[in-house]
Amino acid sequence: METKFNVVGRRLPMHDAAAKVKGSAQFTADLTLPGMLHGKILRSNIPHGKILHIDTSRAEKLPGVKGVATGKEIPDRLYGIVPKARDEYALAKEKVRYIGDDVAAVCAVDPEIAEEAVQLIKVDYEELPAVFDPLEAMKEGAPLIHEGVLNNTSFSIRKEFGNAEKGFAESDFVFEDSFFSQAVNHAPLEPHAALAQYDSLRGEVTIWSSTQIPFFLRRNLSSTLQIPESKVRVIKPKVGGGFGQKIDMFAKDFCACWFAIKLGKPVKFVYEREEVFISTRQRHPMYITVKTGVKKDGTILAQQFKAHADGGAYNSTAPTMIALSCFFLMIPYHVPNLVYEGHHVYTNKPVGGAMRGHGIPQARFAVERQLDMIAERIGVDPAEIRMKNSIHAGEPHPAKFIINSCGFFDSVKKAADAIGWKEKRGKLPFGRGVGLAGASFPSGVSNMSHISSGAVVQLGQDGAVNVLSGAADIGQGAETVISQIVAEELGVLMEDVRITAADTGVTPLDPGTFGSGVTVRAGNAARLAALEAKNKLFEFVARKLEANPEDLVAANRKIFVKGSPETGMTFKDAIKGYQYADLPMPIVGRASWFPPATEPTTLFKEDGNFAPSYSFMTQSAEVEVDLDTGRVKLLKMATAHDCGRAINPMLVEGQLEGSVVGGMGQALYEDVIVEKGQVMNPSFLDYGFPTFLEMPEIETLEVETDDPIGPFGAKEAGEGTQLSPAPAIVNAIYDAIGIDFKELPVTPEKILRELEKKRG
Amino acid sequence: MKSAIKLKVNGDDHELLVSPNNTLLEVLREKLGLTGTKQGCDLGACGACTVLVDGESRLSCIMLAVDAVGKEIITIEGIEENGHLDPLQAAFVEKGGLQCGFCTPGMILTARSILNEEARPTEETIKRKMAGNLCRCTGYKKIVEAVMTANEQTGEGA
Repeated sequence: METKFNVVGRRLPMHDAAAKVKGSAQFTADLTLPGMLHGKILRSNIPHGKILHIDTSRAEKLPGVKGVATGKEIPDRLYGIVPKARDEYALAKEKVRYIGDDVAAVCAVDPEIAEEAVQLIKVDYEELPAVFDPLEAMKEGAPLIHEGVLNNTSFSIRKEFGNAEKGFAESDFVFEDSFFSQAVNHAPLEPHAALAQYDSLRGEVTIWSSTQIPFFLRRNLSSTLQIPESKVRVIKPKVGGGFGQKIDMFAKDFCACWFAIKLGKPVKFVYEREEVFISTRQRHPMYITVKTGVKKDGTILAQQFKAHADGGAYNSTAPTMIALSCFFLMIPYHVPNLVYEGHHVYTNKPVGGAMRGHGIPQARFAVERQLDMIAERIGVDPAEIRMKNSIHAGEPHPAKFIINSCGFFDSVKKAADAIGWKEKRGKLPFGRGVGLAGASFPSGVSNMSHISSGAVVQLGQDGAVNVLSGAADIGQGAETVISQIVAEELGVLMEDVRITAADTGVTPLDPGTFGSGVTVRAGNAARLAALEAKNKLFEFVARKLEANPEDLVAANRKIFVKGSPETGMTFKDAIKGYQYADLPMPIVGRASWFPPATEPTTLFKEDGNFAPSYSFMTQSAEVEVDLDTGRVKLLKMATAHDCGRAINPMLVEGQLEGSVVGGMGQALYEDVIVEKGQVMNPSFLDYGFPTFLEMPEIETLEVETDDPIGPFGAKEAGEGTQLSPAPAIVNAIYDAIGIDFKELPVTPEKILRELEKKRG
Repeated sequence: MKSAIKLKVNGDDHELLVSPNNTLLEVLREKLGLTGTKQGCDLGACGACTVLVDGESRLSCIMLAVDAVGKEIITIEGIEENGHLDPLQAAFVEKGGLQCGFCTPGMILTARSILNEEARPTEETIKRKMAGNLCRCTGYKKIVEAVMTANEQTGEGA
C-alpha cells in the first residue's frame, strides 16, 4: 500500500538492536547489586500430597545460608493473574498439587550453597491419589485437587447464539469429529529471573523481573506481600521472549522480594531450564469435539463446540483462556447458529497458562481440520469453503462483534495462490501435498478494567523527544513501534525519539504484553500524548506564521502550512521560539487510552463486541512425507496476515515468521510428555523445537486494511499467526497421504502406524 | 580447592581464582562481568553461551574455565573493531535478524566462526552449522538473511 507517512510503514531496525548485537542489552540475570544474595526453590517431587512437616534446620545451619522460607511463614494470600481465579500460593501451604510445585525457598551467599541447602530440607508428605487426565478428573470419585472445586472443574462457559438445534435441522449434512491438542512449552530462550532490593527507610521494594506484565506483577506482589502497591516498584529489563509464559507472578518474584525485605539485602533468583519446563506455564492440552451443519454448497449453518482443557494444578488464566477458545469460533467464519461449551479442569500436572493464541490454537486446530474433512466429504474445495463462509467488514455479526476491517477473504486467496493451490491441491504425487487454514485474533480487548494504557511525551529544547510508556517490550519490538508512532505524529525522525518503558515507578499504567493489544492500546496512548504536545507547539507556530493551527503539518523535523512547505520553521526553531515567547516549558503531552465500547463486553453472559479490532490470517503449507521414515518435511509455508497498516513491516514479518515456525513445532514435534505427573523431557535436547534445519521456506504476504481504531490503522501482528500453521500443515499431510490426523503432534511414529493400517 | 589461572579474554589477560568445576560461562559472566554471553540451558543444547576459542565457536556452559587456559577467548563484547560493529553485528541490525536478543550473541559468534573458517559458505552450510543455536522468536529466516548479507560483504571486502 502506498504510504503517505514518513516514519510509520518503514522497515527500521529495533531501537535497541545495537545493544542486543553488542551483548550490552541487560536481561534480569545479567544484573548484579552490591552484597547480592542468591535464591533457590525446593520443588515437590510428588504429584499430590499433604505437607505434614518441613524440617529446614539442616539447611539453616549450612554456612553461607542467609534465609529459608516455607509456606507456613508467608501471608495467607492466594494469587493469580485473573482476580476471580486466584488459587495459588507462592510457596505451597498444606498441599502440593504437582511435581514441581513450589515448596520452600532458600537464599545464600552464592547459588551453589543455595542449591546445596535446598537439598538439605526434608519434607514429610502424606501422599494423596493423583489424577492426570481432565476427563478422568471430572469423574465422580476422582481425587479432589482444590478444596471445594467440584469435579475439579474450576471454570465452565456455555453460551448459545442463534438457534443451533434449528440450524442443524436445516443442514444438508451434519458432521461430528473429535480432536486433541498436546501440551506445548513456550520455551523462551531467557529463563525466568527476578532480582529484588529493599529500602527499609521508605518501606519500598524494587524488583527487576523477566515479566510481560509489570503492573499486574506489582498488584500481585502488593497483595501477597501485604504492602501497598505504591511501595512496590517493578522494573522490566530486557526480556528474552515470553510468548505468554511470563504473564504471571512466580515464586521467584515473591521470594526475591520476601527475602530482600526480611534480610535487607538484594536477592536474585534465576530459574534453570528444567524449572522453566516444569514449573512455569504451558499451552493447555485440550480435548475438543466439533459438530458442524452445512448446506450442500458448504455454507455453515450451525456449529456446536465442546472443549475440555487440561489446566494442570492451578488456574493461571483459566477463565480467560477457555472463554477465548470459545469466543473465537465466531470469526473468521459466519456461523449463524453456534453453541459452545468449555471446561477448565485441574489435574496433578504442570500448569497451563497463556501461550501465543491463548486457547485459540487448540480450537482452530479442531475447526480448521474439520472444515477440510467436511470439504472432502461433500466435494467442495477447502479454499472455496473458507472464502464462502468468510465474514466481511461492516456486516451484522451474530454475536454483535464489530468488525471495522476484515481482510480474511483476501488472505485465503493470497495464501492459496502463494502455495500454488490450483495447480497442486489433490494433484501432487503421493507423499506430497498442500493445505491451508484460517484464523482471526483480537487486538487487545474492549471495556475491561485495567486494560488501559497511558503515555507521556516531552519535547526537549533541542527538538528531541522523550516518551514514557508502560508497554512491556519482551522482544517483539513494542518500544520501536511506539517510537515510530510518536515520531510520525510529531513529524520528527526516529532517532529523535527516546523511549523509557515499563518501570512502574516512572512510567504510566499499562496492562502489559498479552492479548496482542500493545500496538493498538499503548500505541494509541502514545499517539494521543504526542498529539497533545504537538497541539501546544502548533498554537504558537500558527500565531508566528499567521496561520490556523488546523492548517499546519509536521514532517521531517519541520512545521509548515499544508501545501506550502516553504512557509514554516524547523521543529527545533519552533521549540526555541516557544521558549523565548515565555511560554511554559517543557512542552508535555499526556494521554490515557481505553478501547471504545458502548456495551458490556465481558461476553461471559451477554453478547457484545470483544475487541477494538480484529486481525485476520490464512496460512498455507506444502509438505513432503517420507513414506519410509514417516518424517514430514515442511517445504514451504505462506502466511497472509491482515494486520491493518504495518507500523514496521520488517518487525511484522519477524512476528509472522517466528509464529509460523512455532506453529510448525506444535504440528510436528513439540509435546511436553508427562508420565504419572513427571515431565519426561524437560530440556531443549529432549523437547526439540524447530532449528535452522527444519526451517521451511517462508513467504509473508501483506493483506493491508486501514483500521479506523488502531494508531495509523494498525492491528495485531504477533499472535494470530500462530493459530493456524498446525491445521494448515496437518491438512497438507492429508493431501499428501490421505490420512486425517486429529491429534497433535503428528509424529513419524503416528504417520508410519497409519500408513501401515492403510496398506492393510 | 580454588586455583589461580590466567585467561586471555578479548585480548586482555586476566588472573583469576577459580574452582576446578567452574565453567567458562560462569567465569565470564560472574568474575569478568561479561554478561553478553548468555545462559539458556546450561546443558550445551541452545548455543546462547557460544564464544570463540582460538577462532572456533565453543559452548562456554560445557567448557571448564581451566581448559581455556592458554587459549584466545573472544566474547560478543570483543568482536567490535575500533568502535565499529563487526559486519555480522551490522547485518543482524539491518536485516532484523533478532527480536528479544537473548540468543543473538551466540548466533553472531557461531556465524563468525563459520565465516572465519570458510569464505562464502552457502545458505545450506550456514543452516547446518548453526543448527545448534536455538531461537524461539524469529523463525530463523532473518538470521539466515543477516549472515548471508555479512557473508557477501566479507567476500567483497576480501
